[in-house]
Amino acid sequence: MIAGDEDILNLKQTCFRQGKFALTANFEVSKGARIAIIGPSGGGKSTLLHGISGFLKPTTGQVLWEGEPMSDHPGERPLSILFQDHNLFPHLCVADNIAVGINPNMRLSEEQILLAKNALDQVGLSEKAADFPRDLSGGQRGRVGLARILLRKRPLILLDEPFSALGPALKDEMLELLSQILDLTEASALMVTHDTNDAIRFGDQAILVAEGLAHEPQEIQSLFSNPPPALKEYIGDRA
Amino acid sequence: MEIYMRSLSLFAGLFLTSAAVADTPVLTVYTYDSFISDWGPGPAVEAAFEAQCSCDLQMIGAGDGAELLSRVKLEGTRSEADIILGLDTNLMADAMKTDLFEPVSIVADYAVPNGWNNKFFTPFDWGYFAFVQNVGLETVSNFRELADSDLKIVIQDPRSSTPGLGLLMWVKAAYGADAKKIWNDLNDNIVTVTAGWSEAYGMFLEGEADMVLSYTTSPAYHIIAEQDNSKTFAAFDEGHYMQVEVAGKLRSTDQPILADQFLKFMVSDVFQDIIPTTNWMFPAVTPTGGLPDGFPKALSTKKSLIFSPSDAALLREDALLEWQAALSQ
Amino acid sequence: MAGSVIAISLRLIFGGAVITALLTFSFGTAAVVALRGHGFGPLLPTDLSAIRFTLWQALVSAFLSVSVAIPVARALSRQSFFGRRALITLLGAPFILPVLVGVLGLLSVFGRSGWISELLLFFGLGRLSIYGASGVILAHVFFNLPLATRFILQGWSGVPAERFRLTDSLGANSWSRFLLIEWPMLRGVLPGAFVLIFLLCLTSFTVALAVGGGPKGTTIELAIYQAFRFEFNLGKAASLATIQFGLCGIVALLAFLVPLPKVGDIGLDRLAHQFGARKHRRLDIIWISGAAGFLILPLSAILFRGLGGILSLPGQVFSASITSLLIALISTGVCIFLALGLSLSIAYSRLNTQKIVEGISVLGLSTSPLVVGTGLFLMIFPFVNPASLAIPVTAFVNAMMAMPFALRVLIPAVRDIYNEYLHLRLSLNMGRGIWLMRIVFPRLRRPVGFSAGLVAALSMGDFGVIALFASPDLQTLPLILYRLMGSYQMDQAAAVSVVLVAQSLFLFWIFDRGGRGHTES
Repeated sequence: MIAGDEDILNLKQTCFRQGKFALTANFEVSKGARIAIIGPSGGGKSTLLHGISGFLKPTTGQVLWEGEPMSDHPGERPLSILFQDHNLFPHLCVADNIAVGINPNMRLSEEQILLAKNALDQVGLSEKAADFPRDLSGGQRGRVGLARILLRKRPLILLDEPFSALGPALKDEMLELLSQILDLTEASALMVTHDTNDAIRFGDQAILVAEGLAHEPQEIQSLFSNPPPALKEYIGDRA
Repeated sequence: MEIYMRSLSLFAGLFLTSAAVADTPVLTVYTYDSFISDWGPGPAVEAAFEAQCSCDLQMIGAGDGAELLSRVKLEGTRSEADIILGLDTNLMADAMKTDLFEPVSIVADYAVPNGWNNKFFTPFDWGYFAFVQNVGLETVSNFRELADSDLKIVIQDPRSSTPGLGLLMWVKAAYGADAKKIWNDLNDNIVTVTAGWSEAYGMFLEGEADMVLSYTTSPAYHIIAEQDNSKTFAAFDEGHYMQVEVAGKLRSTDQPILADQFLKFMVSDVFQDIIPTTNWMFPAVTPTGGLPDGFPKALSTKKSLIFSPSDAALLREDALLEWQAALSQ
Repeated sequence: MAGSVIAISLRLIFGGAVITALLTFSFGTAAVVALRGHGFGPLLPTDLSAIRFTLWQALVSAFLSVSVAIPVARALSRQSFFGRRALITLLGAPFILPVLVGVLGLLSVFGRSGWISELLLFFGLGRLSIYGASGVILAHVFFNLPLATRFILQGWSGVPAERFRLTDSLGANSWSRFLLIEWPMLRGVLPGAFVLIFLLCLTSFTVALAVGGGPKGTTIELAIYQAFRFEFNLGKAASLATIQFGLCGIVALLAFLVPLPKVGDIGLDRLAHQFGARKHRRLDIIWISGAAGFLILPLSAILFRGLGGILSLPGQVFSASITSLLIALISTGVCIFLALGLSLSIAYSRLNTQKIVEGISVLGLSTSPLVVGTGLFLMIFPFVNPASLAIPVTAFVNAMMAMPFALRVLIPAVRDIYNEYLHLRLSLNMGRGIWLMRIVFPRLRRPVGFSAGLVAALSMGDFGVIALFASPDLQTLPLILYRLMGSYQMDQAAAVSVVLVAQSLFLFWIFDRGGRGHTES
């Protein structure tokens, strides 16, 4: 476990309940960490993300950010989310879809408009500003989502299998783009993925979530070379 | 075992009666709904006639009076009806125009004001239209006062109901060219227009309106049958329109003799005696027992308004247009 | 592949026949009426005002129903409360409630001697009167507000969960949430809902008959009825019928342009979202209670008034309920047979053809049952006494009138099955018999059950055609109800209403349940 006063996210003895399912989590995340969240389906990965993003309140324990409890309102938490799908508003053009990142009313100052344009340029979609999500390919839509994240510059980024619908080449491209954004913003990121290769490619650490328990982040290589039984069952015989 | 025997005899009884009925001739009379209701003349009339005719009298309700005529027109010569009972003088011209009725002359000592000499139709009762209200309510004594007041009234549709048509003729008879204005002014007093008399009267009894277009004899029903003195009618200065209800024989009848017999029965003492306390109208032929106490008096000739059948037919369409125009606002 | 030449031609013939039947049903009967009436009669000013009134009240009713439904649906989509599921199910009830019963209930609450009037009198205020435009619109909103609410709720549940979470994590306030989620959703749902409700109000007969209050509250359908039954003026009936068909036809064409809402029993149970739920709970509860009260009060008024009187109902009510049941079952059988047949016959057609057929079925909504009944009456009359055919004719007309609804459920259902499983059938070289009996029909059980229940309940409560054919010895429950309401025996009317509603709901439940089988509802 990597501890230290660079820890910014702290799940302190938390337990989240969703219906009959309960997830326990007790760990810290340091600044600039890139953590893959892996585990079998139904194990609680999404529950963990919901808990961190604020859609689920812990029944016990606290979710702390820089030592202070996080706000109850997800909108006030210092994070950005990227889902597997439905990240874009179908009735808004690309430019507006990014703009909602700074202001949900889409009223931007001159300065903000410039920043938004920049973000769009950086993901390579400058000519698509007036297009609508239905006119874009899967990869392009992913890039719009990333542009929004870039624009928001939040210190914590949560991703829920964001690129699982894309082909291998595109996926690599997205992960690369994500990595650049993380470098630029110095944000911490947690990404749920069911592809172990992506996990290794993306993350320094990994959190195993299985059977209602979110384990502490572990250095990813050591985790895979010496997997605990739950992980072993999940990844099978692939090295 | 007992139950078995009983049901057996029940079935046997039914079988026998239906066998008996199958042989008797059937006389079909179309009339308006309230005539055949349980408290109307229907049941007593049926019992009395079947006792003397050895036939089966079938009385069928077809809405209110004017709807009755519509039905006749619809069915035409195919109709199963033998007698149409419940038209009135306003509809007679229209009825004769259909060429579906057979001339029939029944002689009797008619007590109908102005006598009776029509070749086709036979009267069975008559009355005066009036607005019926609860005692103690502010009274109005003419149409203008009614229109100016805040009183809520319920009336009938002149296209389906003889009282409805009667009211139309009443206003026309009393006001002529000014009828249109009266209707315009009455528009805000009218709660609703019902298809038939029973609906309207029922609504009035339920308190949905202050007054209902009915007959001067309606309060008599409450007094005599229910010992209820709470109803009265508003006597109007202009006079009251008269309704003479008639019955006619259809040309297409398959029971001409029986039909004639029924019409004679209709003006006989037995039938006429039933009328006052079931239909609550003045009998066309005064029964030997006279009129019951509590019945209102007949009005003077000056106050008895009525159009001849041909005049009524001529005026109807324009009056109807005025009525519709006024009430569509 | 898709079948031999015989199979294809059979399909075409059947499908074509049904469509032709639908069309001649509307045009043909109007033509017959015109013929018998020796052409089209002139329209009087009063008829023109009936046309104006029909359009105006339909517009206002649809507008009110839809506007009020927006906040109610929003509240229902996010608030959880005791009885939520029951209330949402109840929203489907007014659609199959017999109109006369609903009107009776409304009169009991809002009428001149209704509950509210009594309350007003107590405070020294005047009585309420709903005869006329206000009554017609009130009744229409009563029947259509729940429908609109359901449509919008459907819209809410169509929004993906992630979009709600995204909006929330972006820190959106109520206004932003409206812009980002609700408004785009409404834009997709409202036009169809409005057009459908507008069409339903346009063809309104029973409401106008019961609370129209005379010429000022007459709709075209009612005018046709009066022209036919009161005056036997066939020419006028024909003219009005043609105008009615024209008006509805135009609106139905509009329906082609907008996405129409599904008629279905979609899972509306789980909360679509909870955002803004806490903050606006008070306001939401007010909307929900208001809507619930508006729905439940009239219904409970009838129950209250009628429950006690059931046992003292005359025997003819029993035979009338058998007659009604018979008519309902016949119409259900005919309708489902035709609708299913039509759906299957176009299952192999291209999507466009399917859309067209679906559109034609919407056109069916614009047919006037009064005109159809009159036309049929006149067609039958030369040969046989129409009164003797009243039952089969009513059943048939009811079946045709319910076709649009059945088709709207069955065509998509069949299409989905074929999309999903057809390639499997071809790869396994399955014969038609097994394909239909083992694959298609079992999967169609649920939509067929639902639509059968719908048709049966609608037919039970019908009061259009039967009013035309009503001869005094024909008794159906709605007819008896009308006569009782006519002679103002309101308590007995309430009792008959309870029987009628119970029977309708029972029919619906039996078919729907039969369709679900052992699956969780």
